[in-house]
Amino acid sequence: MTILKHELKQSRRSLLIWTGSIGFFILICVFLYPEMKQEMAGISSLFASMGAFTAAFGMDRLDFGTLTGFYAIECGNILGIGGALFASLIGVNILSKEEKEGTAEFLLSHPISRFRLVTEKLLALLAQLVILNAAVFLLSALSLIMIGEEVPWQEISLLHFAFFLVQIELCALCFCISAFLRQGGPGAGMGLAIFMYFLNIIANISKNADFLKYITPFGYAEGADLISSMALDGSMTAAGMGLGIAGILCGYLKYCRKDIR
Amino acid sequence: MSAISTEKLTKFYGKIPGIRELDLSVKEGEFFGFIGPNGAGKSTTIRTLLGLIHPTSGQASVLGMDIRKEKSKILSRTGYLPAEAVFYPGMKVKEVLKLSADLRKKDCSREAASLCSRLDLDPERRVDELSFGNRKKAGIIAALQHKPELLILDEPTSGLDPLMQQEFFSILRERNRQGTTIFLSSHILSEIQKNCSRAAIVRSGRLIACGSVEELAKTNARRVTLRGRIDLKGLEGVRNVRQTDSDMSFLYTGEIPSLLHVLSEGNVTDLSITEPDLEEIFMHYYQQEEQDL
Repeated sequence: MTILKHELKQSRRSLLIWTGSIGFFILICVFLYPEMKQEMAGISSLFASMGAFTAAFGMDRLDFGTLTGFYAIECGNILGIGGALFASLIGVNILSKEEKEGTAEFLLSHPISRFRLVTEKLLALLAQLVILNAAVFLLSALSLIMIGEEVPWQEISLLHFAFFLVQIELCALCFCISAFLRQGGPGAGMGLAIFMYFLNIIANISKNADFLKYITPFGYAEGADLISSMALDGSMTAAGMGLGIAGILCGYLKYCRKDIR
Repeated sequence: MSAISTEKLTKFYGKIPGIRELDLSVKEGEFFGFIGPNGAGKSTTIRTLLGLIHPTSGQASVLGMDIRKEKSKILSRTGYLPAEAVFYPGMKVKEVLKLSADLRKKDCSREAASLCSRLDLDPERRVDELSFGNRKKAGIIAALQHKPELLILDEPTSGLDPLMQQEFFSILRERNRQGTTIFLSSHILSEIQKNCSRAAIVRSGRLIACGSVEELAKTNARRVTLRGRIDLKGLEGVRNVRQTDSDMSFLYTGEIPSLLHVLSEGNVTDLSITEPDLEEIFMHYYQQEEQDL
């Protein structure tokens, strides 16, 4: 597990910054809730009557005036976008950075198989996502306790778990891209995350584009759907996880046969 | 047993050839030189042997093991110094060496400390603050600290000052005496001539000569240096003519009687006919190959 340890050591600063940033913004958002709750009657009707914009963010199906509705939309967006960007970035860099930075020759001249190397790097990605999500979840729960609200454990657990799956899928897809790249591709990673986010917004606006929810991981992490059904959509989640597994397999196949230059 | 053996080893990068039908044999315990200019295919050969790139065709084995099937076993018994040693930014030299040892599942701390001291490298320094030469030293230590049976060194002395080069070769000779096979790739011919027992010359991905350094130097080519002037017209086998107002020098591969005849006809006040050094031999092989192509 030398590579796993090495990866975690190398990425500890960026993990700390991303975890701190996402946690901080969720904390701020939650702290705004008591103040907003006072004016919620007016705000809720305003948000519910903005047509396509309302639908785009699922506010037509969620009550912005309730803690779970507010948390699903505001904090969901912070964790959704922030987590997706982080997962994509670490995924797209994990293999390609060695060639980009010229360390591949050093690493791969040691007696470790490519399969083992890829596996330990994948585990390092998973560990980073687990650490970030666990820390953010704890911070979120703590912030809800601090504002004196009863923590809706089931709802926030489901929301956080869904976003964790989104990150896993995006990270797996970017890991696959990383196996093909010779230069680090943060642009490709961030581009994919943002593209998927907007696909979900389009799917929310138009009924004709509903099928897009099977392509974008944000489809099964839609706060409005999760809070109303209190469950993940099985078929969308399965499609997403299938795509992620395919990405990982493709990444293995490519990297194990790749010429390192 | 051969430490390195290749049979028609070929690597193409798309349509561009890296090495073509390379047949190479390095015996165990040899100090072997691998000579060629930049782009000749030296690094491609090394990278193929280490499994960093995959051969297009042909066979190769290292320490008796197939490079495709037993890559990890080969790497556990091999030390490699790349032409450009690059490490993870933010790490200290000692951390890089520890990482390398951990990847080999070995404790090399004692040998690492000894090598750091001999090569005058501070293990507490961060690798991203090191000069090119000091990074090279860190690479050398990482390649040597686990006492491998085979050392593959790609342009090892670039960046090292003359004193360090001396110490480095002294370490290599010690290791070689202890049984380590050394495969030294370089375009600095003097270091090959000084240290290697056998050598191979590559050009455009092909092996153009291989043998003992003495054998390679024993071509029929001679360096003719004279004071005065002779007429070289009509004399076959003359290359690399250097001329000043009073002196002439050229590499000669033709018939000796013809040379003697031309010399007797000319105005020569002083004459020396010597064996060329390896550099000249190298040029000789290259020009010969150019003519053959």
